Amino acid sequence: MGSVQRPSLLPNAYCLLPHEIPMLLIKCPICGVVGDETDFHYGGEAHVRRPASDHPDRISDGEQRDYLFMRKNPRGPHHERWRCDRGCGKWFNAIRDTLTMEFLATYGIREEPPAI
Amino acid sequence: MTSPAPYRLPEAPGIGRLIDRGQPLAFTFDGRRLEGFVGDTLASALLANGERLVGRSFKYHRPRGIVGLGSEEMNALVGIGRGPAHEPNLQATGIELHDGLAAVSQNRWPSLAFDIGQVNDLFSRFIPGGFYYKTFKWPKSFWHHLYEPLIRRAAGLGRAPTGRDPAAYEQIRVDCDVLVVGGGASGLAAAEAAAMAGARVMLAEAEPRLGGVGDLYDGSEDLPALANVMVLTRTTAMAHFHHNYLLLAERLTGDKPRQRLWKLRAKEVILATGAIERPIAFANNDRPGVMLAEAVRGYLARHAVAPGRRGVVFTNNDEAYRTALLIKRAGAGDVTIIDGRADPHGELVDEARRAGIPVMLGHAVSQVETTLGGQAIEAVRVAAYRPGISRPLREQKLPCDYLAVSGGFNPAVHLWCHNGGKLRYDTRIHAFRPDRHHDRLWAVGAANGTFDLQQAIAEGAIAGEQAAARALGRPATASIVMPKAKPRRQGAIEPLWLSPASGHYHDGHKHFVDFQNDVTVADLELAQREGYSSVEHTKRYTTWGMASDQGKTSSIVGLGVLSEATGRPIPEIGTTTFRPPFTPLTFGTIAGALKGPLFLAVRRTPAHDWQVAQGAMWEPVGQWRRAYCYPQPGETKEQAIAREILAVRRAVGLLDASTLGKIEIKGRDAAAFLDRVYTNSFSTLKVGRCRYGLMLNELGFIIDDGVTARLADDHFLMHTTSGGADRVAAWLEEWLQTEWPELQVLVTPVTEQWAQFAVAGPEARAVLEALALTGDSDIDLKPDSFPFMAWRAGRIGGFRVRIFRISFSGELSFEIAVPARDGMKLWQALLDAGKPHGITAYGTEALHVLRAEKGYIVVGDETDGTVTPRDVGLDGLVSKVKRDFIGKRSLDQAFLKAAGRKELVGLMTEDKNEVLPDGAQAVSDAAARPLTPIGHVTSSYLSPTLERSIAMALIENGRSRMGETLSFPLAGGKIVKATIVSPVFYDPQGERQNV
Repeated sequence: MGSVQRPSLLPNAYCLLPHEIPMLLIKCPICGVVGDETDFHYGGEAHVRRPASDHPDRISDGEQRDYLFMRKNPRGPHHERWRCDRGCGKWFNAIRDTLTMEFLATYGIREEPPAI
Repeated sequence: MTSPAPYRLPEAPGIGRLIDRGQPLAFTFDGRRLEGFVGDTLASALLANGERLVGRSFKYHRPRGIVGLGSEEMNALVGIGRGPAHEPNLQATGIELHDGLAAVSQNRWPSLAFDIGQVNDLFSRFIPGGFYYKTFKWPKSFWHHLYEPLIRRAAGLGRAPTGRDPAAYEQIRVDCDVLVVGGGASGLAAAEAAAMAGARVMLAEAEPRLGGVGDLYDGSEDLPALANVMVLTRTTAMAHFHHNYLLLAERLTGDKPRQRLWKLRAKEVILATGAIERPIAFANNDRPGVMLAEAVRGYLARHAVAPGRRGVVFTNNDEAYRTALLIKRAGAGDVTIIDGRADPHGELVDEARRAGIPVMLGHAVSQVETTLGGQAIEAVRVAAYRPGISRPLREQKLPCDYLAVSGGFNPAVHLWCHNGGKLRYDTRIHAFRPDRHHDRLWAVGAANGTFDLQQAIAEGAIAGEQAAARALGRPATASIVMPKAKPRRQGAIEPLWLSPASGHYHDGHKHFVDFQNDVTVADLELAQREGYSSVEHTKRYTTWGMASDQGKTSSIVGLGVLSEATGRPIPEIGTTTFRPPFTPLTFGTIAGALKGPLFLAVRRTPAHDWQVAQGAMWEPVGQWRRAYCYPQPGETKEQAIAREILAVRRAVGLLDASTLGKIEIKGRDAAAFLDRVYTNSFSTLKVGRCRYGLMLNELGFIIDDGVTARLADDHFLMHTTSGGADRVAAWLEEWLQTEWPELQVLVTPVTEQWAQFAVAGPEARAVLEALALTGDSDIDLKPDSFPFMAWRAGRIGGFRVRIFRISFSGELSFEIAVPARDGMKLWQALLDAGKPHGITAYGTEALHVLRAEKGYIVVGDETDGTVTPRDVGLDGLVSKVKRDFIGKRSLDQAFLKAAGRKELVGLMTEDKNEVLPDGAQAVSDAAARPLTPIGHVTSSYLSPTLERSIAMALIENGRSRMGETLSFPLAGGKIVKATIVSPVFYDPQGERQNV
């Protein structure tokens, strides 16, 4: 009673660093790797337009302020950026529900968001 | 063998099913030698021996006894083990008895029976809940040498171990289809159904055996024998995180490892965690001998232990009648039932009457009476009871020596709630049960509020089948059907939170809600009167539910009390959040094997072994180990540093610069990209030359710096700070992929591919020329051919190298890069070639002093994330021509150009031997009150070159205050004065690096 049996279908076990408490499970849309969120790097809100890349010569203080600090912070689907750090190293976009943590969609970093 | 323990019943069917009387064990408690059996817990063995007193409560030091059977226990916290292996605050109910176990009680002095702390109980009038928010304020001086030391000594329950935990711990990472938490009736049904459906199943049970509180498992090996099932006993599910990531802590019975942490990702999680009984609040309900009814039944059935000779069962539901029936059947002395309900109709009530057990309906226990000192129960006072009355009516006394209390059962919903699962209040059971969850979680059996056994089993099986189907991506079948509830007559539970007499102070009789933190009904009512009416405020103000049992037995009783005090229904008051871990978790389990040398990855340079052999002192820079200085035998650290600095200034020094970041940037648009990344221009840099670059973030603040060399039209080699290498490489990638994908540039970190050493000092060229004579060489080292800020590639002394003529020390300096595998050889070759020139290895501290003498900034010292190029006098490096670079627009913000910003200056103290501490705050007038800081010291050293101390600082309008004297008030009242000077203390024309 109480003996530990290793079912044949389970994969090999491996260790993680103690300070990583992975929560979200994420799938990279570029390389297909499925990993804990600590295999990825979170990059904040997506589709934030950088005024200087567009019209560097005449950027109002308000535009710059919005670019630097104003974020939607929605209750619900949130468009955000992730990098597949431990996989292919590519950045991609995701739509994640901030209440349920469910990933509703992932798409390329320069693509327009899909309708959900 | 001594006579049997006084409260151990003789063998009889139906009792003592877990103990093995053929295997006696000896153990000690507070030094007293006692006996038990294999199968006992420490708690059951203590009760068998009549050890009622097991601890003293946290605040009032009231005598306390064992209350529960398992992880709901809040009083019986003991310590086991000695020295570094001592483990405090363990539940006696969870310790499996073994031979030679030595347990000690806690929170008492000099002994458990005669504890000085019990005077606190006499002063309880002055120390109700939250008293410390209103006290310890006066006189102010008393805080430091009286109040704080006293509070520190009084705080906590157990004693911390001395020394490192010698035990080994392990961690293991696993995935499965279905995790079932709890191996009771419904959990076993769920695991079996899921396994039969073909899912990979894990079953975690916190006890050493399956079967739940009723021990309903017949011991068959069918389930554990299935290839797709893993059964873990002694394994507690501690935490649930997003997307069904869980932590399970397994206690192992061998020597090593001691505990194993399972980090598990499950597609579906079925919680079959059961329900926890809750007590009722009445006067002195915390006395030793007051226990939960199901616990009393458990001790009888499992361990043949009777808690006393004359028992009283106090209940508001039918379940507790089972306890009375078992006491009667087992011949464990007298028992009387006190039922708060006026007219219950249930089979169990009838059975109790038929068995001849006296039942008093419509009555409640109003008070417990004890022997002097409160250590043993003599009697209870029983009063007529109707909901809503507040004073005991027609009290009568009932002699007894223990109480079995049941206020109902709470589904164990902790894991359900860890991650935002919703609860709803079920008036059928007067408890919260699981409602909705956004993750794939199921709750079955008592954890779901289903207390009927047949229904619980069916619920488990259905969930197991459906969870398996979903995990495997198959359509759900409905092969298992919920049975119709057997028509059993069962009386409904009626809420009874607080027995008559509300807890006013003048009564002097405490009605405890949270036993471990000594929170009473009076405290909860006090919190309401003082305005802490939200349940979260009440909890934090009184500390109700905040002890190590996390409110397992106190949470809903408290809500019931609040409901009666405020007139609001329980669902409206709400619950506080449950947070992991479910039960206390030792740090060793969390750390696993990653401690000591394995705690953090260590990065070493190719010359590391030589530096070790030289006895270098080390400076961690990120994960790197850099030599801080190389003290020679008999030398102090300070002497070594001074020697190294003077060697560089007067002869030649050798520095291992391998840790600095190196990044190759290559592509058609490499130059254009660098123009956007740095403040200054790199497209204008000629091939063969180097340039110092300043890197900002989009806020306009300095984040990194370093020298970048142009290797070809489309190829650059960037240097970064040691700590910034990985960060900058990721930064560059981010900009290229997300903002400027049209640029054709590849970024490749090569920090670890190259060893790089600086040869610095007036003799530096001579050393390289000596090295050149020892082997193949084709680099022209003459100053006209190899000017300052140029780089050359080729051979020197047989090594294939790049040499960068850059200087951080301000002396003639060459940084030589070789492939890392040749690093140690080159290091030794430089030492050999430099020997006749007095070459001296120097470390990071000498390096920092040398650059400070020259007024060069170090990112992270002179900058702190809020410093612009203009602040540190590098406005000249900010291009006025480039249309765009990272940070450009922000630099134009008014507040970053305003007067009054802190500016980089040098400082010379009045006393030249005084070295200002890093971070010392500057004031213009040290006598003014309040003191107004106008800046701070960013770097400070003793400079042997100048034979005095020097410092760099950021001071408001510093550049316009040259010559002004500032004061630096230090801790302890000392005030150091220093004059503002240029930060370039040495060779201000910069001639020495140009030779």
